[in-house]
Amino acid sequence: MEFIDYYKILGIDKSASEEDIKKAYRKLARKLHPDLNPNDKAAHQKFQQINEANEVLSDPEKRKKYDTYGKDWQHADQFEQQKKSRQQSQNAGGQQFYENAGDSDFSSFFDSMFGGAGSSRQTKFRGQDYNAELKLQLTDALFTHQQTLTVNNKNIRITIPAGIENGQVIKLKGYGAPGVHGGPAGDLYITFIIAPHPQFRRSGNDLFTTAKIDLYTALLGGDTTLETLNGKVKLAVKPETQPGTRIRLKGKGFPVYKKENEYGDLYITYEVTLPTNLTEEQQKLFTELSNLK
Amino acid sequence: MQTEEMIIINEFCIHHNIDPGFIDALKNSGLIEVTITGEKLFMPESQLPYLEKLVRLHYEMDINLEGIETITYLLNRMTDMQQQIMHLNNRLLIYENV
Repeated sequence: MEFIDYYKILGIDKSASEEDIKKAYRKLARKLHPDLNPNDKAAHQKFQQINEANEVLSDPEKRKKYDTYGKDWQHADQFEQQKKSRQQSQNAGGQQFYENAGDSDFSSFFDSMFGGAGSSRQTKFRGQDYNAELKLQLTDALFTHQQTLTVNNKNIRITIPAGIENGQVIKLKGYGAPGVHGGPAGDLYITFIIAPHPQFRRSGNDLFTTAKIDLYTALLGGDTTLETLNGKVKLAVKPETQPGTRIRLKGKGFPVYKKENEYGDLYITYEVTLPTNLTEEQQKLFTELSNLK
Repeated sequence: MQTEEMIIINEFCIHHNIDPGFIDALKNSGLIEVTITGEKLFMPESQLPYLEKLVRLHYEMDINLEGIETITYLLNRMTDMQQQIMHLNNRLLIYENV
């Protein structure tokens, strides 16, 4: 447990007046408040620190305790214990002061000094926001489906709309840390991480893939079957199709986020595979063909 | 037909212990839209987190209405830009995974 200099955190000196503390807190809150720094974990942590500093220094009673024990807070325990042992017969509740409040938005230093998240505070504070990442396969994002997440031992069932994008963040209101003194709970921000697919690449709502066709189909035309994310499609290959030719299948791409029955397109690039291990006759025929050009 | 829950603004003010004049000022500056039925002001429940954010900016951080307008504008721009970065990153991935 590290000593935390609340004066330093607020950038004020020990003789600061209540007004100075208020001013310093507000100035920093304007920079670091989670409302002004969405998805910025570092800012959220700093805001928590200034909040804690303000909580202590703006309360004259707490400030006095902090000023008395703060600098040598390690000895506060011993001091209190000595005091307690002297008053043991009369005062059985003294140890309550040092009870840890368990999960809290405040540092362990704060907990040890004040026994939890400041029971005398009147101001309502919004709970901290939580951030979580959810990894999906590309195929998971094809359909609207439900998943159960466990956040801080609480099961949350969420609906993931089809077409959700890699890096997209959704907010679940009120699923963050509980508020302090009746303040609203924070929110839960879920960032979706969609793993790359070995065969299909996605750009927005469009999908890109390659289809291998043999030399004869490329030259003479024909049919080939392609396995898409939604099932097989039959492709009619035009005669004299060049390697790298790209075709578009309209509406066979990815579902558009939160738009029912709207889909992007599927782009297919043909890769032409050349025959290997030619027989003598094949070699002869290719030579004849070569002589014809 | 889609229906949406509405909240009574006066009750919101009582619950949060705020001056109804502040809500009027937000309404007049175009930061929030309210529905007036009879003598009561309502707003959609879906707008509640946004309104609570504006209240926090004003009452917790002492930011005046002009400041709130500027912050709201800049936060919206930031969200748009983050969205754009996300799309561009995803487009870049196409080339990186080749």
